[in-house]
Amino acid sequence: MATVAVRAESERKKKSMLWDYLTTVDHKKIAHLYFWTGLFYFLVGGLEALLMRTQLAFPLNTFLTGKAYNEVLTMHGTTMIFLVAMPLLFAFMNAVVPLMIGARDLAFPYVNALSYWLYFFGALIMHIGFLTGDAPQGGWTGYMPLALSEYSGFGMSYYAMGLQLSGLGTLLTGINFVATIVNLRAPGMTYMRMPLFVWTSLVASILIMFAFPPLTAGLFLMIYDQLFGGQVFNVTGGGNVILWQHLFWIFGHPEVYIVALPAFGIFSEVIPTFSKKRLFGYSAMVIATALIAFFGFMVWVHHMFTVGLGPLANGIFAAATVIIAVPTGIKIFNWLATMWGGRLHFSAAMYWALGFIATFVMGGVTGVMMALPPADYQYQDTYFIVAHFHYTLIGATVFAIFSATYYWWPKMFGRLLNETLGKIHFWFFFIGFHMTFFIQHLLGLWGMQRRIFTYLPGQGFELPNLISTMGAYMMGIGVIVLGINIVLSFRKKPDASPDPWDGRTLEWATKAPVPEYNFARLPLIRGIDALWLEKMAGHKEMPVIEDYHDIHMPNSTILPFMMSLTLAIAALGFIWKEEFNHSFLYMGIGGIVLTLLVMFFRSVIDDEGYHIHKEEIKREEMKGVGV
Amino acid sequence: MATTHPNVLSEIDVHGQKRSMEAVTESTIELVTQEGKNKQLGFWLFIAAESVLFASFFAVYLALRHSIPNGPKPQELFELPLVFAATAILLTSSFTSVMAVMNMRQLKSGAMKGWLVLTWLLGFSFLVLEIYEFNHYVHMGHTFTSSAFGTAFYSLVGFHGAHVVFGLLWLMALLIRNARREITPYTAPKVYTFSLYWHFVDLVWVFIFTIVYLMGKVG
Repeated sequence: MATVAVRAESERKKKSMLWDYLTTVDHKKIAHLYFWTGLFYFLVGGLEALLMRTQLAFPLNTFLTGKAYNEVLTMHGTTMIFLVAMPLLFAFMNAVVPLMIGARDLAFPYVNALSYWLYFFGALIMHIGFLTGDAPQGGWTGYMPLALSEYSGFGMSYYAMGLQLSGLGTLLTGINFVATIVNLRAPGMTYMRMPLFVWTSLVASILIMFAFPPLTAGLFLMIYDQLFGGQVFNVTGGGNVILWQHLFWIFGHPEVYIVALPAFGIFSEVIPTFSKKRLFGYSAMVIATALIAFFGFMVWVHHMFTVGLGPLANGIFAAATVIIAVPTGIKIFNWLATMWGGRLHFSAAMYWALGFIATFVMGGVTGVMMALPPADYQYQDTYFIVAHFHYTLIGATVFAIFSATYYWWPKMFGRLLNETLGKIHFWFFFIGFHMTFFIQHLLGLWGMQRRIFTYLPGQGFELPNLISTMGAYMMGIGVIVLGINIVLSFRKKPDASPDPWDGRTLEWATKAPVPEYNFARLPLIRGIDALWLEKMAGHKEMPVIEDYHDIHMPNSTILPFMMSLTLAIAALGFIWKEEFNHSFLYMGIGGIVLTLLVMFFRSVIDDEGYHIHKEEIKREEMKGVGV
Repeated sequence: MATTHPNVLSEIDVHGQKRSMEAVTESTIELVTQEGKNKQLGFWLFIAAESVLFASFFAVYLALRHSIPNGPKPQELFELPLVFAATAILLTSSFTSVMAVMNMRQLKSGAMKGWLVLTWLLGFSFLVLEIYEFNHYVHMGHTFTSSAFGTAFYSLVGFHGAHVVFGLLWLMALLIRNARREITPYTAPKVYTFSLYWHFVDLVWVFIFTIVYLMGKVG
């Protein structure tokens, strides 16, 4: 339309850095926001883990007991799943998925910013309980009736409200990525030419779309019961506590794959790149991804085998659970076959990929063990379970996040991380991880219960717990090495080449640093591993489908921040009306009204974005080389 | 693969098919721009997610509809004529929103706004009936806090009611913002996504009418 303004570079770059990041809708900057926030909470969650392991180092220890231990335990789980694993994966999805499919941004840049700020304020709400003296302490699963205010105070209200906000952000992210991947692929980028990380992001986003709403419903009911006199989980009012378990695990099991599938996608990018070979069994990988997601919705009762739903229900869900091992196994063998006969380069990113295969297989094997209900009665609520899910969540998700950090750091920040420090980080973390958690399998089998803040001497638990704690501190040292590496990288000039790993996929065809419009001219994709194909054909850059033209960009805006802030005010108002004073109800209602007002402004003000002039784009493009 | 590359600009295979100009001219005004297409897809995805959300509330309601330690039972509460009137009003408002979109596609701005105002009025009438109904129930002792059935009922039906309220606010904002604006590829997707939302809210009501009221009357 004629009203769309053309804005020159000088005009766009006037903003201060803080204001720029508060108002940005650029997926690359939102990726930075997700990364730093996720990393911050990773340190918080890691510190909480160390506190717990310190308490458990010796029998009858009094370092961290009772309510404080319960709070740290609850927040460790909640933080690591909702505030670390998913946001860090979103960081990489934001950073590279649009580049990999040849898009200029996500389908909804505004909504993308909104997602981030909802996560930001949701995380804040969850931690405000530490200041008011009532942090969440009912376990990250929020089981009823333990999570009601009679038993856990109002801590779990912070949990419910915080999750509700960040969960809404996650849902919007899921919708955004599905719409982006379906609608904004560059010409020639058919579904079966998409890099595996794009595929797994797509499938994980679909999982988000269908898994988060049951959690939202469950959290609403939890909030009603805690703050508004609801009776859904109150047995005297006719309520049913098992309902929560169903709602939570209908969400909770797909959630496992929401954080695992993008991790698989990362390894499916890293392994071919450093093996100098095409990914083995591409279509089998895609089908396996879809199958895992499909079966992922049919297994939630395996978290509830001991509830007593009966042998038929348990049997059906056990069978469905065991089936998931098949597509997962296909993936493992495909990664191995990709490396077989390849020209392997052992970079830091590749170290994590190799560590992942060994570790994750062990987590998978214990998973199949627990999928059998009679055996599960033995494992339920012991450290065997703790060991299992740390093998899968750290073995897959955290290793993948580290791998992706080394792999995509030059694309995200224009610098390379130090490879030697990366390998030191790997060895400390990898050995520390196995020290911490391998022994916990045995502790579980010997009868040590999870979620309890101490144990008696003379049961043979002393030495294994001490080993476990020492391992946890080794992991901590590994993370410190990563921190040093990050700091050192920022003391260098941003001088990484656009394609430092001799990459195969489209993100390595963009310039360094990536311009805000990503692609000056949209590329034509002619096969899987689009960039590698062109390299093999002797071309220096991707073919393009258009001449230089003015590029339409979305306006940056403060409204997503404001909308999330006002919702956070409402959430706190509703909690505080029960916790402190009933007149906080007005703060809650006021927050809702302000949110609606912000939405009204968003609707009423025309926001058609602006154009970057083609002469400016041409000038920028001439500065560097393409590939 | 062919290596006739250095920077081809023509002969583009778009997802295996030659890009046809007809497909571009055929699309309606809300789908002319890429943003319009994104909005359509994105909103369908949102509706998919909302369906699961409502399905969860339906499941909770079905699990708890006989859990009534105190307070009246559904058979004593529900009055079908009133609910039937509400249903008829809401379904009619779906029809009027279709008329609005059809007029929008023919670029008849005045007719579109007329039908939208009618949609708003019908939606508002539904809301008045629902408030009257809830008020009636509360006086009979069926409240949000009276039993698990009560909480589940108001969670489900009230959540739908909140969707109606949000839809009315949304429509009002659209009417205000477009009062002096013409139908353009920028404004049309806004009206179109609203009508998708409104149909979805109506569809959910059909399920509520069946599962809550009809099944409640049968027992």
